[in-house]
Amino acid sequence: MTATALVRRPGAFATAGVLRTVDHKDIGIMYVLLGIAFLAIGGLEALLLRVQLATPGEQVLDPSTYDQLFTMHGITMIFLVAIPMLIGFANYVVPLQIGAEDVAFPRLNALSFWLTLFGGVLLYLSFVAGGAPDAGWFAYAPLTEPAHAVGTGMDWYIFGLAVSGAGSIIGAINLAVTILLMRCPGMVMGRAPMFTWMVLITSILIIGAYPMLTSALVMLLVDRQLGGRFFDPAGGGNATLWQHLFWSFGHPEVYIVVLPAFGMISEIVPVFSGKPLFGYRFVAASGIAIGFLSFGVWAHHMFAVGLGDAENAFFSGTSMLIAVPTGVKIFNWLATMWRGRIRLAMPMVFAIGFIATFVIGGLTGVSLAVVPIDLYTTDSYYVVGHLHYVLFGGTMMAVFAGLYYWFPKVTGRLLGHGLGLVHFWFTLIGLTLAFLPMHLLGIEGMPRRVWTYPPGMGWDWPNLVSTIGSFLIAAGAIALAANVWRSLRAGERAGDDPWDAFTLEWSTPSPPPSQNFDTIPRVRGPRPLWDRKNPDRMDPQ
Amino acid sequence: MSAQADAIGFTRDRNLVGIALFIGSESLFFLAVVIAFVVFREQGLATAKAQLDVGRTALFSLLLFASSGTMGLAAARRSRLWLGLTALLGAAFLAGQGLEYARLLGAGLRPGSELFGTTFFTLTGLHAVHVLVGLVLLATLFAASSARPRRVGQTAWEGIAMYWHFVDAVWVVVFSVVYIGTVLG
Repeated sequence: MTATALVRRPGAFATAGVLRTVDHKDIGIMYVLLGIAFLAIGGLEALLLRVQLATPGEQVLDPSTYDQLFTMHGITMIFLVAIPMLIGFANYVVPLQIGAEDVAFPRLNALSFWLTLFGGVLLYLSFVAGGAPDAGWFAYAPLTEPAHAVGTGMDWYIFGLAVSGAGSIIGAINLAVTILLMRCPGMVMGRAPMFTWMVLITSILIIGAYPMLTSALVMLLVDRQLGGRFFDPAGGGNATLWQHLFWSFGHPEVYIVVLPAFGMISEIVPVFSGKPLFGYRFVAASGIAIGFLSFGVWAHHMFAVGLGDAENAFFSGTSMLIAVPTGVKIFNWLATMWRGRIRLAMPMVFAIGFIATFVIGGLTGVSLAVVPIDLYTTDSYYVVGHLHYVLFGGTMMAVFAGLYYWFPKVTGRLLGHGLGLVHFWFTLIGLTLAFLPMHLLGIEGMPRRVWTYPPGMGWDWPNLVSTIGSFLIAAGAIALAANVWRSLRAGERAGDDPWDAFTLEWSTPSPPPSQNFDTIPRVRGPRPLWDRKNPDRMDPQ
Repeated sequence: MSAQADAIGFTRDRNLVGIALFIGSESLFFLAVVIAFVVFREQGLATAKAQLDVGRTALFSLLLFASSGTMGLAAARRSRLWLGLTALLGAAFLAGQGLEYARLLGAGLRPGSELFGTTFFTLTGLHAVHVLVGLVLLATLFAASSARPRRVGQTAWEGIAMYWHFVDAVWVVVFSVVYIGTVLG
């Protein structure tokens, strides 16, 4: 429904149609719709998992289905929801923010999208072709070796992730070149919007991290299809090597899906506080610092492997260090709000919600960087709670903020405030009920990925609360869908600049014409639209 | 577009910057496979010493290294002659790899027969695939510049040359780690 309504919007897909379009705005919309479709699928998988775990001894799912569902839930949310949503926003917004008419390689851009979609289709074909992957999203060896994973699920995992990963690498190269070379006159990097900055850093992280995953997948394929022994200890191989390779991708991946979220918050908080971003240079520099450090923290996923005290101490140290630039950003946002004229429109409501929930996820992350705490809580629900606070309380809350913020630009219509608040409160209360008790469960000893549990372990009520929370999140999502539906039909007209914003995407009509700008903008500061609207109070150069 | 069109030079050319980023990504891809080879090197050393033909592979490697020189000349002069020679040298290198593979397979070494087989065939095989892709690019460039020389931009020559140099550079690392490493023990 959303798709057809968006397809009919004036200007969109005007020249080519969905299959042949290479316009960055069309591709951006398609990426976000892809993310939303898989969000629905991954969300339904999560609800099934939560129903199975609601009470002790539940038998709604059989163990094998349960394993497939939690594996596919993780893969879907990370590779087919978070990444497409963020690349979609980047695709739509970045060329507009930097005053460009498109991305550097429009046809490659379309290829990236179709590869991502094809990778997702390959992953989901596994369900009808002998069983989905069931070794968890990080697929530890030797569980994935042919002796232990007898079906074809892991092969679909390999091909699905390799194909969608290729799409992500090509998309990242495209975005990086676009940001490096296609900024409009006057927009030196020191004046680029913060979302653009974070997308640039994320793109470089993708370019550096995804090939490590592809390598590991190729080696796993050799093991599975050619009888290789890379990760098979019985054949002289090394199962820990998989963990090193996977997490040397997997931890940068965490920042890949959170840095663009930081970028969105760094756009929204200043606009709705009526002030420039506090400490622009520090926010950009802390993003770069996070990017560098993210390649040096991977083994904090592996404390329980027994790498040795020196290794554990090193990775514990780097993991705590990365909290510093992250904390810098939080304080920058708070300082931006300080004494600002705060308008609590929906983007800002979600941005404030993001700051609150992300701080919780960040703090539990620091606690997990402490080796003894990690050894006690590793592979328990404490970790599940932490990662959901980061990925849902962080990335998804920011994506929602970005959705309310840029939806008027994309469609020309504002989303409703009332339904927006319903969405927000259901989501915030839902995620708190769903994910906060998981920390308690972990401390009480409940291992992650168990199919069910006996009564009397003290795990009953937190699991039930968590299940209730997951359904509240789903109810919030329905409110969002209703909001989108209503706005597309009869939403308030947005005009070019509904938020009195600062950056160039708001200087062009909503939705923007296919060439984006009638004349190439020239900028003289970090807030070009502010300068244009306030010639007497322009930012200092 | 127009802003960049007049500013020729590497850092302003979006195609070359894109290819450079792609090559950076590919480098990390190979780095991971090389790391895996090195991790298991000790276990495979006896087989490597007994089976690898270091001398002949060194000779074929020289052909590939030489092809970087001919590719440089081809790109600088937009010369189909040097381009063709580059492709011939690359193909000869692949043929040498084929001979080495045939001999090793004949001796019973397989990706699944022992750990050295796994790491050797994966690392050298992935490189060979990249050489093959390079040959396809060279052939495409040759055909395009024969049919419509004016429509083939300088960036096409330089971009394909960058990729070819990269494939060559990867082999410097792979040959050092796999073959010279075996000789040195």
